[in-house]
Amino acid sequence: MSELSISGTIKPTKKYSVGNIIITILLLIWSALQLFPLYWMLTFSLKENSEIFGANIIGLPHNWLFSNYTTALQSGNMFRYLLNSVIVTVASIIITVVAATAATYALTRMVWHGRKIANAIFMLGITLPINAVILPIFLGLSKIHLTDSYWALIIPYSAFALSMSIMIASSFMEGIPLEIEEAACLDGCSVYGIFWHVILPMMKPALSTLSIFIFLQSWNELMYAVIFISNSDYRTVTVGIQNLSGSFTTDWGPIGAALVIATFPVLIIYAFFSSKIQESLVAGAVKG
Amino acid sequence: MYFRSPGNGTSYPFDARYINRTWRPVPRNLTEGEPFMDKTMKNRTAILLFMLPACILFIGIIIIPICMSAYYSLLDWDGITTPIFVGVKNYITIFTKVTIGFPGAVRNAFLFAGLSLFIQLPVSLALALTLAKGIKGEKLYTALFFVPVIISTTVIGQLWLKIYNPEYGIVNSFLRAVGLGEYTKTWLGDSNTALLAVFIPILWQYVGYHMLLMYTGIKSQPTDLREAAMIDGASNWQISRYVTIPLLKPVLRVCVIFAVTGSLKVFDLIYVLTNGGPAHASEVPATIMIKQLFDRNNYGVGSAIAVFIVLLCFFFAIVIKKVFRTEVD
Repeated sequence: MSELSISGTIKPTKKYSVGNIIITILLLIWSALQLFPLYWMLTFSLKENSEIFGANIIGLPHNWLFSNYTTALQSGNMFRYLLNSVIVTVASIIITVVAATAATYALTRMVWHGRKIANAIFMLGITLPINAVILPIFLGLSKIHLTDSYWALIIPYSAFALSMSIMIASSFMEGIPLEIEEAACLDGCSVYGIFWHVILPMMKPALSTLSIFIFLQSWNELMYAVIFISNSDYRTVTVGIQNLSGSFTTDWGPIGAALVIATFPVLIIYAFFSSKIQESLVAGAVKG
Repeated sequence: MYFRSPGNGTSYPFDARYINRTWRPVPRNLTEGEPFMDKTMKNRTAILLFMLPACILFIGIIIIPICMSAYYSLLDWDGITTPIFVGVKNYITIFTKVTIGFPGAVRNAFLFAGLSLFIQLPVSLALALTLAKGIKGEKLYTALFFVPVIISTTVIGQLWLKIYNPEYGIVNSFLRAVGLGEYTKTWLGDSNTALLAVFIPILWQYVGYHMLLMYTGIKSQPTDLREAAMIDGASNWQISRYVTIPLLKPVLRVCVIFAVTGSLKVFDLIYVLTNGGPAHASEVPATIMIKQLFDRNNYGVGSAIAVFIVLLCFFFAIVIKKVFRTEVD
């Protein structure tokens, strides 16, 4: 509250008032509620059943059992699933970022009839529940024999992320001053040149926000991955975990390890780009 | 409409582009009498090229499939035999055929929406108001509360399966440890508790998301109004109630829309935890849709449910926008 204490008219809030202490305690309790399940997941991924089931339910493992991780990666096939998820996610990011930035340029900067309507139609896609189109997409992909392939997930994921990406990209692009493009235009730059040499370099911060948004969506998707992929060679991490918990019903350690493995890439990215991630999930919404 | 400017994350309650347009000296091409850039910006080939990838994806994967879903919902079809056109019969079936359990699923979805509105959003708002006031370590708290949001719902679901495990899960272990052993339950297997048990992880996971939306919204508000209220002697509660929250209306509207439409289309967590069981106790529209489509090959009925979910989401998005009308619209 110190930034509000202007010219002595406001009495500065005491640092250790009762209210502050209560608030801090409540916040700490809430933090514990939010983090405890995750802590528990991390510890039981390193324990053996006897500890998980009674001897040591919530403590740190007595005996750090890293073999749970090798079990999950090898016999649980998590390594393969991770690789598949990476392939699907990276391809979705590339396709969506290219399609969204190009479309956003045409939608926000170029002059043509139907631009407003096209934009409105794209924005409808944000409210649209993606599970409503699963059957037609499934039938379409089966017809061209694309189920049980990476494309079965890459194509829908790219399409589903498109609306939100266009929204994030256009709120950013609208903030780029037109003068720079006009200068480039005066210098004889073509519209492609302006897009490639002027707009894209200035869009860099938005591109990482976009990529993170698409990453989270594709990495965590379950419904399409369950329905479209039956061949274990193409299973993504989310489906892999579902299968793993079916085959390791009594052995909790490897499941815990698989859960941690699936979460780890996300947490690593979060640790480095937490503000970017927060921004990517808030960007579209706050603009309304 | 708050406008996000690049880089520094501050927002302005106006559209910066519009401001640019009004006073920008527009160089004119003297021979044609129109802004000189227009020729470049009206390049039809370029527009087509720029729009093409997005249009192919959007039309092919969203618009055409939506229309096909609507068409399939009018058919009696199992994917193998010849489809028979039956009109709106499937829509009547989903509401009258008891074995499908659809009305119960819709009721559950509304219950989810209600719980989100009256528990999740107030908790998020309280957290956001507290943190935005400038508590020590606010950045750390926001980062921590947001962690569950980015974790896959599948992981969260599997984790909560373990938490609810009747023999070894921490819920029952905790109850036994504090001497409340008689309250231990098969949380997910008991039709009285299953619905609540699947709601708690959803609440737990997304409180951080709504909190962050509101927190960002509060932080982007100009501080002078709050300062003025403070100088006039308003209490913290009064400042929140009469200054911060009214200004936060556009963000609250988004939160309400997300909470409601999110509850109507919820799937992942319920699929992992109970898949609608036991005895349809925790069924939601999306789980029933998937069962009808892919377990029973009831393409007509499943598509009718799909269309119904879409209509419900759009209906509520529009209603909420109307109810929370802001000055800007």
